[in-house]
Amino acid sequence: MNIEKFYDDDLSGQIKAKNFQGKIFEILCLLAILLGISILLILLIDVTLDGIPWLRPQLFNSFPSRFPDQSGLRSALQGTLWMAILTAIIAFPIGVSAAIYLEEYASDNRFSRFIEINIANLAGVPSIIYGLLGLGLFVRGLGLNRSVLAGSLTMTLLILPTIIVTSREAIRAVPRSLRMASLALGATQWETIRYHVLPYAMPGILTGLILGMSRAIGETAPLITIGALTYIAFDLRGPMDIFTVLPIQIFNWISLPQKDFHDLAAAGILILLAILLSLNSIAIYLRNRLQHRW
Amino acid sequence: MQESRYQIFINSRGLEKENTPFGPRNLKRVGEMGIRTLFMICAIVSILTTIGIIMVLLQETILFFSQVSIIEFFTETRWTPLFASKKFGILPLVNGTFLTAFGAMLIALPLGLMAAIYMSEYASERNRKLLKPVLEVLAGIPTVVYGYFALTFITPIIKSIFPDTQIFNAASASIVMGFMILPVVASVSEDALSAVPQSLRHAAYALGVTKLEVSTQVVVPAALSGIASAFILAISRAIGETMIVAIAAGQQPKLTLNPLQSIETMTAYIVQVSLGDTPHQSIAYQTIFAVGMLLFLMTFVMNVVSHFITRRFREVYE
Repeated sequence: MNIEKFYDDDLSGQIKAKNFQGKIFEILCLLAILLGISILLILLIDVTLDGIPWLRPQLFNSFPSRFPDQSGLRSALQGTLWMAILTAIIAFPIGVSAAIYLEEYASDNRFSRFIEINIANLAGVPSIIYGLLGLGLFVRGLGLNRSVLAGSLTMTLLILPTIIVTSREAIRAVPRSLRMASLALGATQWETIRYHVLPYAMPGILTGLILGMSRAIGETAPLITIGALTYIAFDLRGPMDIFTVLPIQIFNWISLPQKDFHDLAAAGILILLAILLSLNSIAIYLRNRLQHRW
Repeated sequence: MQESRYQIFINSRGLEKENTPFGPRNLKRVGEMGIRTLFMICAIVSILTTIGIIMVLLQETILFFSQVSIIEFFTETRWTPLFASKKFGILPLVNGTFLTAFGAMLIALPLGLMAAIYMSEYASERNRKLLKPVLEVLAGIPTVVYGYFALTFITPIIKSIFPDTQIFNAASASIVMGFMILPVVASVSEDALSAVPQSLRHAAYALGVTKLEVSTQVVVPAALSGIASAFILAISRAIGETMIVAIAAGQQPKLTLNPLQSIETMTAYIVQVSLGDTPHQSIAYQTIFAVGMLLFLMTFVMNVVSHFITRRFREVYE
């Protein structure tokens, strides 16, 4: 009797200890997530506190200047707008076409598997390498100089993997029966894709495009490499003009020693984050509202 | 597989109808072929991108190595291509890159894995749906913003603890980079953990094992290949990261292991040269391609290894 009692106590003690360890582990794991989230919050609060006083109309209307209180983001905002639109116009058709080919036409052979592995690898190439590609190919090779067009082409190559992968997922989600029904009624394969697959896949494809665009808008390094960092004090008029973008202007201000320029950079960051936040909200809206459930 | 069915279908239709070379049926078929070819060309753009990267890097790298010996490149301990006395030793830049990447991994790997374990094993469905997107916002913040945060927020904190810290230092870049990469580790590892079948967990519980032991001794080992590839992916991201180190870690190529000192990474060097007005054809212009080539090869090998591990060592259940 005595021995059994002793044994029971010991066992329940062990279980208690183990449960305690388990609880500690669970809390530690939760803390890991909360630490990440709190860094995010601290970052946002820090940037907001620094930047809010500088958010004035002048920030949007003026060109950059040597004096912080006369500096603005006019040329940077124009550059970002031009680059984002040009990139979307170039990248969208190429990316969607590639996705359609891989999902609808390509048979499962070495060639299509090679393309797939290649796209996965491209997604892992550091963005600054794309900058070197753009510098060698578009700026020097094609003689586009440091133009918005050269920047947009570079960004196109950078975001193509994102667009292709998300578009493929959207196309794959359209059920096969729809294609079969269309073909059975005498439509050709292209007609089937055009009138039945693409309309249903479009919300997903647009989500991919928006994700790609927000990546392009936030990228700095490749555009610095192709030489976009220029002090620009005139309006951007065409795709062959030299340009600067929001993140580069922010980077420029961070590199200056004066505290005022750092705060100006924080104000620029607030605008950049606001743009990205609204783009992502559109993406989430598209995904939730327009996507067809099968 | 899909294609063959379409093909049979189209062929069978063509046979029924008039089969003259310029008949409507044939014209339509030519159109279909044209569309198919157009789409294929777009898919080939991705291959051309890879070829383009290699060609551009190779071209300037060859020019570079025609003037600098490859032995000097890998053994010389000073990197001063922009000074009057030029030395071309890549080691200080590689040292800076690995120093910052190592520091970032000290944060991203353990925290990312723990976050993944929590989301996959402990969190309720509702909490998971809440926590995951918030964590992923971290990965979507532009890197120039992290650079700002490192320089103006983290560096002063480090300086107040270690007063002899330099304004630009590896540590603050590492810390911020670690948090930027955390969601990558968490997301990829969580996919791997969630893919472990429920039956394995139930079997372990039936043997009287606690939840802690199930998580750490059953689920994590079963998902090890996925976790390993997440880790390699994270290292490759850290090595290629540019703006944080360009802003916060400095521009002094130095062979040091002291994270409180100013260093320079490979990526930051490329930015530094790009900012200056470096004439085309000069040796300084070629150095950024040589450095870029090495960077590309490093990340490429890591991505391939990561891909290989997921493919080759995946435990396939059922």
